Amino acid sequence: MALLEIRNLSVEFDTTSGPFRAVDGVDLTVDPREVVAIVGESGSGKSVAMLALMGLLPDGATVTADRLTFEGEDLQRMPARQRRQVIGRDVSMIFQDPIASLNPCFTAGFQIGEVLQAHLGLGRRQRRERTLELLRLVGMPEPERRIDAFPHQLSGGMSQRVLIAMAIACRPKLLIADEPTTALDVTIQAQILDLLLQLRDETGMALVLITHDMGVVAETAERVVVQYAGQQVERQSVRGLFRAPHHPYTHALLAALPERAEGGRLPAIPGVVPGQGDRPAGCLFNPRCARADALCRSVAPPRLEPALGEALCHHPVREPLA
Amino acid sequence: MSAVEQPAPVGAIVAAHDLKRVYDLRRGLFGAPALVRAVNGATFSVTAGETLAIVGESGCGKSTLARLLTMIETPSEGRLSIDGIEAGEADRAARRRLRTTVQIVFQNPYASLNPRQKIGSILEEPLVINTALRPAERRAKALEMLRAVGLRPEHYGRYPHMFSGGQRQRIAIARALMLEPKILVLDEPVSALDVSIQAQILNLLTDLQQRFGLTYVFISHDLSVVRLFCDRVMVMYLGRPVEIASVEEVFARPRHPYTQALLSATPVADPERKGQRIRLEGEVPSPFNPPSGCVFHPRCRFADARCRTEVPPMQRFGATETACHGVEEGRVP
Repeated sequence: MALLEIRNLSVEFDTTSGPFRAVDGVDLTVDPREVVAIVGESGSGKSVAMLALMGLLPDGATVTADRLTFEGEDLQRMPARQRRQVIGRDVSMIFQDPIASLNPCFTAGFQIGEVLQAHLGLGRRQRRERTLELLRLVGMPEPERRIDAFPHQLSGGMSQRVLIAMAIACRPKLLIADEPTTALDVTIQAQILDLLLQLRDETGMALVLITHDMGVVAETAERVVVQYAGQQVERQSVRGLFRAPHHPYTHALLAALPERAEGGRLPAIPGVVPGQGDRPAGCLFNPRCARADALCRSVAPPRLEPALGEALCHHPVREPLA
Repeated sequence: MSAVEQPAPVGAIVAAHDLKRVYDLRRGLFGAPALVRAVNGATFSVTAGETLAIVGESGCGKSTLARLLTMIETPSEGRLSIDGIEAGEADRAARRRLRTTVQIVFQNPYASLNPRQKIGSILEEPLVINTALRPAERRAKALEMLRAVGLRPEHYGRYPHMFSGGQRQRIAIARALMLEPKILVLDEPVSALDVSIQAQILNLLTDLQQRFGLTYVFISHDLSVVRLFCDRVMVMYLGRPVEIASVEEVFARPRHPYTQALLSATPVADPERKGQRIRLEGEVPSPFNPPSGCVFHPRCRFADARCRTEVPPMQRFGATETACHGVEEGRVP
């Protein structure tokens, strides 16, 4: 049985200029021990979909889904109290800006202890012991000293380690990491990604990695979902995607990577991601797509078969990348 | 191998010799002196028309170096000559001229444009301050520059909030070019942008360099962008350059252990690539209290007693300049 199953998840925000569909019909299945990456540019709805799962969206958001289950239990029908026990214990999340995610008024140790108290009901001494153990597990230098440090005394990499310690405090079955290394330097990024994969190996938790960095996807994930303007435009294995992307957007995105470019010029994608006011009819990518024709400009594209990366496209790319 | 010779080579439009910038962050009147050596002895030159990349992690001093090059800050020690003028000794008139010679584009186009100014007045402000052009002439120049960076004339009367991140960066580039500078300092110009937009801006910068004969100093932490876009690379660590070489040389034969680690830590968008990773332990030390000897020694796999006590000088090895005892003694592969 799949650990997490999401079918046809949509999120709509009420804005002053009318409703805005930030996430549009997203499906996701995650098995235990699996590493799935969600890639997309800003505004593609990749964070919002996961925040909806965690119940972290503000009141103005309307979340609908045909199916939203964790270990077979329906998260939508579950009473709020029971849901709060699952979220934070079995499913936890870390965020992009580690320094902003910590409360500056409390020590790192206190904030990790809060999770242990809320979900496991540990006493003061046990909390401190388990917190030290967690800090050691996430590779914090000098954990005995850092447990009493305030967030401003920690570097970005150390703050992210505190957040990871907090997220894995209750041995979650699923960890959602939302751009966990974007704010960090490359040598620290490598340490944090290694740590997440090592935790996966040791505890068997599954990992959903939200990122915009194709290099991070290639090095850490097994499966990848590409999102564009709230829709999943392609779903493939990582190897398959980098060998033969089928959606023109994925194809163009990989071709635009500086490391894949040949000669001085990059094959750039013209235009920008459509916002609230300028979503086109038909395929949302058609104004930027080299393959777009009259069909693409009027009819929403179908979901293709797995051999074509489940691409959402009328005219998929069939040839592998050179 | 030989110690690096001074003065600067012929044809250099920027020449820095042992450039230092020290900040005194003493707390209160009676507090102990706390000196941060943000740039602690940088010697390098930039040839006219080339793109020099300055690469390093946070705290390595690359942004302070940008502020020195653009004369936002004055050097604490050392010499800096730009376009043949000694920046430290220049009089008011010469400094004024230098300020129009060097311009800068900042990382975050959401913060670097005044939200209350229309695009037209953002672009014309440098002309108002530095030239005696008439309003009609300024307007004509602004419109011409808008076209040069791929924007349309109707954008002249709009406000920054009406533009996307990529378009705002185009505006920031246009503003930097209004005074016809010779040198453009690009401080992480694409790292706040999405991948598909990055490519547009990098292509634009390539076109502008050819069209206006610009020299670029490109500050970045993204090595794949540097590899594509730059001619030479200077790698910095904790306020000092540790390696200077051509892009081809740095990527083919990185000499300094830090450069080697930096290259190997950068994720590559190829899931089938197999390679042994060099994983650096620990973090960049605090610049308040830098390590003795070579500042990289606490994280270096090859460090020995000499590295812990003696500061390595920049030396030339083949086509590369690097500061490492291990390379000199053949301890570093």
